[in-house]
Amino acid sequence: MNRQNLKARLDAEFPGLVEMPPEFRGETTLVVGNAGRLPEVLRFLERECAFDYLIDISGVDHMNETPRFELVYELYSYGASQHLRAKARVPEESAEVPSACDIWPTANWHEREIFDMMGIRFAGHPDLRRILMWDGYPHHPLRKDFPLEGLPCETPDGHFTQAAPMDGGPFVTRPAELAHQREPRSKSPL
Amino acid sequence: MPDLAERFARHAEAYNASCPEAERLVLNVGPSHPTTHGVLRLVLELDGETIVRAEPDIGYLHRGDEKIAENMTYNQFVPYTDRLDYIAPLANNVAYALAVEKLLGWELPPRGQAIRVICCEMARISSHLLGVGCFGMDCGAMTVFLYTFTERETLYNLIEMLTGARFTTAYTRIGGMTRDLPDGFVPGLRKFLDALPARIDEVDRLLSRNRIFVDRTKDVGVISKDDAVAFGLSGPNFRACGIEFDLRRRHPYLGYEKYDFEIPVGSVGDCYDRYYCRLQEIRESVKILTQVLDSLPDGPICVQDRKGVLPPKDRVLTSMEELIHQFMLVTAGIDAPPGEIYFGHENPKGELGFYICSKGGGVPYRLKIRSPSFVNLSILPKLLSGHMIADVAAILGSLDFVMGESDR
Repeated sequence: MNRQNLKARLDAEFPGLVEMPPEFRGETTLVVGNAGRLPEVLRFLERECAFDYLIDISGVDHMNETPRFELVYELYSYGASQHLRAKARVPEESAEVPSACDIWPTANWHEREIFDMMGIRFAGHPDLRRILMWDGYPHHPLRKDFPLEGLPCETPDGHFTQAAPMDGGPFVTRPAELAHQREPRSKSPL
Repeated sequence: MPDLAERFARHAEAYNASCPEAERLVLNVGPSHPTTHGVLRLVLELDGETIVRAEPDIGYLHRGDEKIAENMTYNQFVPYTDRLDYIAPLANNVAYALAVEKLLGWELPPRGQAIRVICCEMARISSHLLGVGCFGMDCGAMTVFLYTFTERETLYNLIEMLTGARFTTAYTRIGGMTRDLPDGFVPGLRKFLDALPARIDEVDRLLSRNRIFVDRTKDVGVISKDDAVAFGLSGPNFRACGIEFDLRRRHPYLGYEKYDFEIPVGSVGDCYDRYYCRLQEIRESVKILTQVLDSLPDGPICVQDRKGVLPPKDRVLTSMEELIHQFMLVTAGIDAPPGEIYFGHENPKGELGFYICSKGGGVPYRLKIRSPSFVNLSILPKLLSGHMIADVAAILGSLDFVMGESDR
């Protein structure tokens, strides 16, 4: 299914909801206007457009932009050997999106990872727990306001973390007093 | 929140209380256990010897690689990719370099591509040799492990000759490689390729019709085609379910379309098929490597972009232009365009993907690693339920996962 064809079918099914920005490096991207309706679009893509395989879900934190978060779904169609990216912005205030677990079971762990790392919740997820960090860890490490050196924290089970020493490390740094100001993203004002 | 084992125990107790004859038991396996190949923890709820419920607990090897990547230039992240699938570091290096090159819109000259194919296939052989060997050991066939490890030793010597390191290779750079093939490498690899098929035949004879091995793996851990797609499996685990899917064939990169090779496919999707697919893939990799060596082109190994790849040292020390390029590349990194790409690479374990979101400049804004082991493990709750506890070793061994990659 080519780009125009896909766009036309999506426009007919979801009027005004889906945009298709210009192709970059031969990849087609769909931008869904409303994250709450993302699973509907995904289900339509899976059922009607034969995008039967979910490769990956990524969360991106666009700090200082509204809406702040973005979910990126990488889909693949075996029949057509075609890759498709579907993404939607998620606002920080109501960081909750309907789960895609009932479309693809593989979404289960990807969504748990995004919940763990970004703090986006998935409504209807069967078992939304942290997956890489331990239960009870208070932060979401892949958010841009979480410093690379880490944040000290303590949990009742005897786990603890401390900020890691950054001096002399391989990271791109700039001169500054505090370690977190030396990180590259501090080049853009927070 | 209560621990996983505690939650399972509560569930089991509630069941035992509701049913007078029930004797459900919760068993905690790992995180450090010989069958879990690293630091995977499994919590199993057992009814006698049968697994009723299973839940893997991962994250014990989490290092925050994606966070680290956001704070480095593209080239600085190459050594971190060694530590993803540490059984096949060369393939990770290539996958990562190809992903960034896709973002940049670069393509390597023919010799560079051929060398990268050599890297990928050597990594595949090395990974599958370990995978098959460990799987054999998990099922009680110790000898196979020693045979395959002997072959890996030769391979590691070759990798050391090529990259200077046996394990943490960090061989590729964005737009090329650190160095060309050294003298004596091609004859050394040819000698290895000549000797390997006989060894693989030996492993084949030791395992493939071995009564004990076949009894423990045939019709154990069967994954249906539908489940394989729904759970996003990839690599040999996916092909063992009877689906002919290989990114090297579907979306050729590095000139894979020039090489003649077969894609081994299973029929049942059980542990035995997964083992046999890996064994066959080693044979196919040998075929590919022989063809690459026969048609190895001459020429440069790096992209001829003077602002993208480090210039030759003698020029840096004599010419102002190159000095500036060198300085900018080392301090600020390659200037990538804004945009986002996903690149999937056929790694030995499955599809290793990199999603890169760039906002311009030398540092990725977001780098997501789609690791095959992470996705392959997510089928475990479904796969283990209903099996006997002794099958856990066979199923885990046949999935051939690496926790370094799963936990990132």
